[in-house]
Amino acid sequence: MGHERVAVVGIGQTKHSATRGDVSMAGLVREAAQRALADAEMTWADIDAVVIGKAPDFFEGVMMPELFLADALGCTGKPMFRVHTAGSVGGSTAIVASQLVSSGIHERVLTVAFEKQSESEAMWALSLPIPFTPPLHAGAGGYFAPHVRSYIRRSGAPDHIGMLVALKDRQNGLKNPYAHLHEPDISFDSIKESMMLWDPIRYAETCPSSDGACALVLGSEKVADEAAAQGRKPAWVQGTAMRSEPTLSAERDTVLPLGGALCAADVYKQAGITNPRKEVDAVEMYVPFSWFEPMWLENLGFAEPGEGWKMTEAGATALDGDLPVNMSGGVLCTNPIGASGMLRFGEAAMQVRGTAGEHQVDGVRKAVGHAYGGGSQFFAMWVVGADKP
Amino acid sequence: MRDIAVIGFHQTPARRRVEDLNEVEMLMPAIHGVLDQLDMTIDDIGFTCSGSTDYLAGMAFSFVSTLDGVGPWPPIQESHVEMDGAWALYEAWVKLQLGEIDTALVYCYAKSSPGDLPMVLTRQLDPYTVGPLWADSVSLAALQAQALLQSGKATEADLAAVAARSRKSAMDNPNAQLAWDRPADELLAEPYHIAPLRKHDCPPITDGAAAIVLAAGDVARAKVERPAWIRGIDHRVEPIHLGLRDLTVSESTRIAAEKAGVAAGKVDVAEIHAPFTHQELILAEAMGLGDDVAVNPSGGALAANPMMTAGLIRIGEVFNRIKAGTADRGVAHATSGPCLQQNLVCVLEGES
Repeated sequence: MGHERVAVVGIGQTKHSATRGDVSMAGLVREAAQRALADAEMTWADIDAVVIGKAPDFFEGVMMPELFLADALGCTGKPMFRVHTAGSVGGSTAIVASQLVSSGIHERVLTVAFEKQSESEAMWALSLPIPFTPPLHAGAGGYFAPHVRSYIRRSGAPDHIGMLVALKDRQNGLKNPYAHLHEPDISFDSIKESMMLWDPIRYAETCPSSDGACALVLGSEKVADEAAAQGRKPAWVQGTAMRSEPTLSAERDTVLPLGGALCAADVYKQAGITNPRKEVDAVEMYVPFSWFEPMWLENLGFAEPGEGWKMTEAGATALDGDLPVNMSGGVLCTNPIGASGMLRFGEAAMQVRGTAGEHQVDGVRKAVGHAYGGGSQFFAMWVVGADKP
Repeated sequence: MRDIAVIGFHQTPARRRVEDLNEVEMLMPAIHGVLDQLDMTIDDIGFTCSGSTDYLAGMAFSFVSTLDGVGPWPPIQESHVEMDGAWALYEAWVKLQLGEIDTALVYCYAKSSPGDLPMVLTRQLDPYTVGPLWADSVSLAALQAQALLQSGKATEADLAAVAARSRKSAMDNPNAQLAWDRPADELLAEPYHIAPLRKHDCPPITDGAAAIVLAAGDVARAKVERPAWIRGIDHRVEPIHLGLRDLTVSESTRIAAEKAGVAAGKVDVAEIHAPFTHQELILAEAMGLGDDVAVNPSGGALAANPMMTAGLIRIGEVFNRIKAGTADRGVAHATSGPCLQQNLVCVLEGES
């Protein structure tokens, strides 16, 4: 069978918000899935298999919720698969779905990722007492703040970098009608004055808790060629990669994780990219706390270690910069945790297809989607391009 | 498809309650058992995939701790499903089809003992409608059994015969939790547990873990004399709502068995993941298995039913028999969700 070509031929997402009280979980995932199907000009009957991803089941209080969502997602009589790889899950779910096509098993696969955070309280769901482990942190921010402090110490980055990232992403989010946070009055000063939550991470430098879903339709070469012939541009998957490393290991560098670097090197090799800074036109990366933009720029090979913040400071990552990062507003504007990785992968595909609307960057030929999870230990990436690999 | 085989399998002995070990400690002997069997280490593995559920571990991201036990350093290619290990094996099989790697480790585990399992499983039900009624898994299975009896397709004696055969077969299974030899007519004299199910119609509650190694083509042949080749594997799902399904048949199993090619040859052995006696009858019919098939020689899920694991064990049990040469072609089945909602069928063959 080998490796068949695969492309994104449909993309859909919900309007994200703190509480989508107007829909059940089934209504939420269906909203995203139907938009992806409409985008692909397909119906439920065209879909061969469905791959669902979400973060921990405790976030909604439903055990293996894909079981009760099966009929809402048109799965009756079809294969339905549930992926869970921590915060990277939205990305890994899309990758697992793409492999069902690239392996030649299926022609058209629908993949959906979601979180309905309003059903519970994610910060405390992430802070469960583990026997023999000291309860040192509250939520993800408490866990990651020491990593950020370490980055600042090692790189000598000035204090305002995190605030610049937050300002850029929130301003990009204003151009994205689906984004959760729309803060037209946001300014550098308002970010600076916001409450310090986990030093050096301020409230305005932190992702929101969102309800939302994202869906993609992945098609075989034949399906994608047909779409292209009808004027619907496919985003060709030029490479996919996943890497995992331990939570607790003396060898780890959580500021510049080896797993992330290996994941990036693998996906660039598959996509024939030797100089990512020059060859990649746009990046959607998983930045739940502002400082992760410079950290991931370095980890993914867009800057030398210790230099990523200079790209941010110089405006290189702005919508009109030479390497736009998080055109959609990113995780800092929208964070339905399980879907956040797929939103990154989907935005990369939208940029390549030229369907990103107001936050479209001109002439994107190659884009990177990135997600991470756990204690900066699970990584999922793909490269999508306008050209057939 | 690329030729992929099961080359190693190890399971921990099924126990009602593993109190002296945490999940990681319980799982490690399964992983090291299968790697040692093949004289391999984690460095020889191209892809690792696991199956487990946070709801039984009682904490978010529980699989993260068990992955630490695997020792993923330097960083590895790895994935996790919130499903039975049989589906983790499916993902690994797909990954192997891509031709970039030649080996995969699949593992799964669950401790059901810390909670009240039938109550915990109510959290799988539609949270807006059925979940608040706390309809437990045994009661739902009893509804299905009642539907089967009323359809005239089976009698209570048929159910007792499944129980008697399974527990007797389990006496030859060193990993079984529940094994005995009692005639079916004696079982029928016992009172109902949840009518029409008697205690012996229900599975034990089990803590346990299992692991499998998959390998491609010549890598598999170099490692073991008689690999169990995966000739077909498919899985299908139905709606969770019992009112939308005919509970006396398993349409998803029928489709999966057809796609996996069960009927393409003689079946020597079938390991069916049927937690309740009546479900074995429904599943055997759905897969079109004849009377000449040895069904659940391990005792099946009635002998030991570790959640998230009992499905993968079925594949391992068929592998064991092909490896030993006592079977040439076997069918393994895994299920998930209330009343057989989701089903996977895998056809395994020895090389002739």
